[in-house]
Order: sequence, then structure tokens, then C-alpha cells
Amino acid sequence: MAPPYMGILHSAFWTLIFSMPVFIVRRLMQSVLVLCFMSLLVFVGVYAIGNPVDILINPQADQADIERAIAALGLDKPLWQQYLIFLKQALAGDLGKSFAYNIPAIQLILERMPATLELALAATGMAVFLGIPLGLWAGLKPDSWPGKLIMTGSILGFSLPTFWVGLMLIMLFAVELGWLPSNGRGPTTELLGIPVSFLSWEGVRHLILPATNLALFKLSLIIRLTRAGTREALLQDYVKFARAKGLSSTRVVGVHVLKNIMIPIVTVIGLEFGSVIAFAIVTESIFAWPGMGKLIIDSINVLDRPVIVAYLLIIVSLFILINLAVDIVYSLLDPRVRISEAKG
Amino acid sequence: MTESTLRVENLRTHFFTRQGVVKAVEDVSFSVGAGRILGLVGESGSGKSMTGYSIMGLVDPPGRVVAGRILLGGKDLRTLAPDEMRKVRGNRIAMIFQDPMMTLNPVLRVDTQMIEAIQAHADVSRAAALERARDALARVGIPSPQERLSAYPHQFSGGMRQRVAIAIALLNKPDLIIADEPTTALDVTIQGQILFEMQKLARESGTALIWITHDLSVIAGLADEICVMYAGRIVEHGSVDQVLDAPLHPYTHGLIDSVPSRGRRGEPLRQIPGMTPSLLDLAPGCAFRDRCARADGACAEDPALSSPVAGRQVRCFHPLTQSAVA
Ligand SMILES: Nc1ncnc2c1ncn2[C@@H]1O[C@H](COP(=O)(O)OP(=O)(O)OP(=O)(O)O)[C@@H](O)[C@H]1O
Ligand code: SF4
Ligand SMILES: [Mg+2]
Repeated sequence: MAPPYMGILHSAFWTLIFSMPVFIVRRLMQSVLVLCFMSLLVFVGVYAIGNPVDILINPQADQADIERAIAALGLDKPLWQQYLIFLKQALAGDLGKSFAYNIPAIQLILERMPATLELALAATGMAVFLGIPLGLWAGLKPDSWPGKLIMTGSILGFSLPTFWVGLMLIMLFAVELGWLPSNGRGPTTELLGIPVSFLSWEGVRHLILPATNLALFKLSLIIRLTRAGTREALLQDYVKFARAKGLSSTRVVGVHVLKNIMIPIVTVIGLEFGSVIAFAIVTESIFAWPGMGKLIIDSINVLDRPVIVAYLLIIVSLFILINLAVDIVYSLLDPRVRISEAKG
Repeated sequence: MTESTLRVENLRTHFFTRQGVVKAVEDVSFSVGAGRILGLVGESGSGKSMTGYSIMGLVDPPGRVVAGRILLGGKDLRTLAPDEMRKVRGNRIAMIFQDPMMTLNPVLRVDTQMIEAIQAHADVSRAAALERARDALARVGIPSPQERLSAYPHQFSGGMRQRVAIAIALLNKPDLIIADEPTTALDVTIQGQILFEMQKLARESGTALIWITHDLSVIAGLADEICVMYAGRIVEHGSVDQVLDAPLHPYTHGLIDSVPSRGRRGEPLRQIPGMTPSLLDLAPGCAFRDRCARADGACAEDPALSSPVAGRQVRCFHPLTQSAVA
């Protein structure tokens, strides 16, 4: 048998190269099932709530016009037929046109996606760059008053509802103090063909309040995770041994403790990114942020079924991608995973 | 005897808990010279590790060294500023812990963990540090050290991991190594190898060694001197031969009796009756008196260390005499 260390490089390599496709295929098959089920739910749900035509078409229009419109949208056929047609077209890559905007639903969503992704990334970035240092502090000095304050803050962040915090932020910083805008995205700049806010000062000002609002819950989560991880790591022998080697406390905390607690933190940040995007619906509605979340709320209001289905498809795909990325990063961070996967 | 490497005088380490004060180390004094091995023996909870941590300045709150002197080469470590003490740790005094599965950081490569130990104390290039790390691994008997440097701890067996920890302790050629039960978690063959190598090392390099264990049989073949600890205090001190052949303290006697030996094959092992007392608000008087066959009214007072035999010390009002042991 080859000595185990010969396998270090190999195992990481093989794991990434060979186990990923299997894994991707399995995930994909699961997600296709989820999608079929969800699209069916949307079809039945929209059908049960009402007729899109009633909302979309001018009630003053004459009967012939209305019937032509219904036929054009494919809504004259029985529900099961509509669903089969949808499935057939979906397999060919066509998710249909938005009833309201009359452009492909996917295109509509993709146009709104950068705004949501930017908001979600900004919020996650805030949660990470504030949450990890604060959590470390609270973990290293749990009995100091800043440590206690941080924990109290994180309890508030957990328990206050997002929409309420959003309204309070608007009242304080936009209405009372007038420091920050609370409405819309502001001017955008093109970066590699994608419109972004963060490159202009005015854009950043528009981003601050909604990103803070969206970040609050994740920030609390990361603070608690980091604090718990730090407190646990500090009790471990490897920390005592690191100190016994005469390392500075900066190195003990910054390398020995942090590298260990990064494993669960990165996993949770990654897995939660999907839910940040999903939660953006509330924040986008409050701050009139022109992203996918606001689009989906508007689409539900007018029963714009193709957009709702396409939104779900995009969200599910994002979740798959995120999970995949998390798995890869996880195996890079934790050497023990690489080996056990190579063996197993 | 020559000047000792480490001299501990009247060391007291207490834990200030909500329930009260725990006197984990109480009035402990000993010294160990260059190339000498001192065995620190005692039951679980007797304060052996805390003695080691106190010397290293690694006692965590609510614990604190409250009194005593810790003289390393004549300088009292308790008077050092935190950063000066950091420079002593891992450089002049190294410590090895019990569980080799836990002491190495699982997510850092062995070379990282070795290089940082060197660079914490000397301005050495990475390449030079790597070379020293490799030599240290070779010295503790790790095969193909060059390749093993880039491995992670989980890729080593328990015995090999403990060798890595020992190699790390050796990196900066310390004056003193405190080994806190480093072989307890290992199987007997590996334990034997490591004991042999450590002994050789102490002798050859002139490193002073404090070997903490609860296992008298480990000490017997290894140490020069023994300190027996009970409830935070040293109750007996002497050379290995003296203490093991003719213990003065009833507790030491009980410990020796509870070790299986060939001479007493077939006889039931004699356990010391009772349990270690809680160190929390320990009542005055000899801490061993509830378990001691020789206890009498006098033992309600604190016994002081006395020296009934030249070169030996015992903390007991009624030490065993030669005839009583036989
Ligand atoms: N955090 C703490 N709070 C209160 N008391 C403590 C604390 N840590 C240790 N002690 C006390 O210190 C005493 C000595 O502990 P120590 O770890 O030195 O024992 P030991 O002799 O090394 O035992 P073992 O063989 O189990 O390692 C224990 O009996 C315990 O009561
Ligand atoms: S002092 Fe008394 S109780 Fe304590 S060990 Fe000696 S005889 Fe026993
Ligand atoms: Mg111990």
C-alpha cells in the first residue's frame, strides 16, 4: 500500500474532479422534481385564486377582444392541457411570456437579478465583515460589557421582524434625519455589462439602508455562530498548545481559532445566501428596490403565472449552485473531509 | 548539586469560582536541574497539570497563581511582563500535553504548526525554519520527515502525533520540558519507545524534564526524583529508589500497593479506600486523613513538610518507618 501522504494531493484532486459530477447530477435530478412539483402548485394556485385575464384586460373591452386575448395567452384550454403545454415548452427552454409585460418571463427576471444579487451580496458582506469580528470579541471576552452588549444586540437582530426594522430605518435615517435615501436603487453604473449601484457614491447611499435591513438577521446569526465557535475552540487543547508554543494571542486567535471556526461559518453563510435572496422580497418591497423580489410580488398581484414559475426556477437553480459552491469550499477548508471522501 | 534549571517555591494556584475558592496548587516547592527528570505523581485532580500550567503562565480564569516564586535560571517568571513571558513559552520552557489527538490543530499542516513555533521566537527565514522542523521530526523518529511535513495531523497515528508534539517542543532547544502525561493515551509499546527517547534526550541535551503522570510504573524507570501530589500539595519528595522502595507517606504507600507487581501475583490489588476530597473549601488538617489507616487526632492539624530521612521530605505526622512497610 502506498504511504498515506502520497494521497494528499490526489485525494483532493479526485474528490473534486470525480465526485462532483455524480453529485451534480444527483442534485439536478432532485431539483427537476422539485421544479415540476412547484410549477404544478403554481398552476393550481393561480387557477384557484382567480383569472389573470380579469386583472390584465380592460373590462370595457368587448367580448370578442377578451376572447382573443384569452386565446393568445393560452388560457382558453383546460388547466391540465395548459400545464402539459407549459412542460413541453419548458423542456425546449421556453418558459413563456409574461402576461403583463409581453416579454419572455426569464428575460424579465434576469434583468432584475443584478439588483437583487447586489443587495444580497452587500447584505452578506456586511453580515460577515461585522459579524465575525463582533462574534470573536464576544467569544473572547464574554463577561466584558461590550461582549454582553453584542449578544444583546444579536438577540434583538434575531427577534425583530425585518419589515418593522426596515420601516424604523426609513423613519429614522430617511425621514427624521434625512441622511439616506429610502427609495429605489439610484443611478447605476455598468460593470462588465451589468448595472451596479456600488460604483457611485449616490448608488452606495441608496444601497446602505436596504442592505442593512437585509443584513440584520444574518449578522445576528454570524455573531452567535462565531461567538459559540470561539468559546468552544478556546477550550481545546490545540489552543493551549499553540499558546504553550509562545505564539502571540493575535496569531492564536487569528489563525488557530479562526481557521477552525471558519468551517461552520462559511457553510452557514453559503447556505444562507439563498435565503438572503428569498428574504430580499420583504426588503425590496419596503425600499422599492427594483429586484426580483419586488418583481415577484408585483407578478403575484396580477397573477402573472409565467413570471412566478420562472422566478421559482431561477431561485431553485441559485440554491443548487450555492450548495455546490459551499460543498467545494468546505472540502477545501477542512482537510479531514478531503481524506474521508477519498477513502469513502 | 549544581544550580537548578527551575526552582518552584511555595507556589499557590487558586480558582475563584462562584461556589468558593479551589486551592488547586497549595504551597508546592521543588526544583529540577539540567539533564534531570522529575516525576510528578498523583491521582486525577491532585493539581499536577495546574502546577505545569502555573509554570507556563497558562492558568485560565477563574484560576490565578496567587503566591510563590517560579525561578527559571534564577529569574522569577511571575515578575515578567506578558510579552516577556510569551518569549519564555515554547522557547525556554516547552510543554507537551496528554492527548495527541487534540494538541495539534486539525486544520493546519504540520509544517505550519512547526514553523510558527520557530518564528515566534527567532527571526528565521521560512526555508531555514522548515529545515529545522524536518530535523526535529527526524530526531523523534518520524520516517521520511520531509514528506510528512506537508501532512495534516489526522494523517498521523496517535503515537506519531505525539512525536510531532515532542518535536515541536524540542524545536527551540528549551531548558525545560513539562510533559503532562504524554504517553497515557498511547499503547504500551509506543509508550516505551517514547519514554526511552525522552530520557535519552534529556540526558544528551541537558534539558530538564518534568514528567507528570498518575502511573507510578512509568516513573519508576524514567525519573531521577519523585514528587507525590495529593489534593494540591506535595506530600512526599525523594529520589525514585527511595520513594518507591520505602515510601514514607501513607498515600504513597497506598499508591505503590495498588500497582500490580510480580511479587504479589495472585493477591488482590489493594486499593486506597475512599475518594479524593473536593478541593473546594477544603477543611484544614491533613487532606488524606479520611482515607488513612494511621490517622489520629493530631491529623486534624495541617502537617508540615518534614525530613525524617536525609534528602527526603514528607508531609505527615506519622510517616511510615522502614519496618512498617516490609
Ligand atoms: N476551571 C476550574 N474551576 C475550578 N476548579 C478547577 C478548574 N480547573 C481545574 N480546577 C481544579 O484544579 C484541580 C487540579 O486540576 P489538574 O488538572 O491540575 O489535576 P491533574 O492532577 O492534572 O489531574 P488529571 O490526572 O485528571 O489530569 C482539580 O481538582 C480541579 O478541582
Ligand atoms: S498526617 Fe495523619 S492522616 Fe495525614 S497521612 Fe499522615 S497519618 Fe495519615
Ligand atoms: Mg492533568
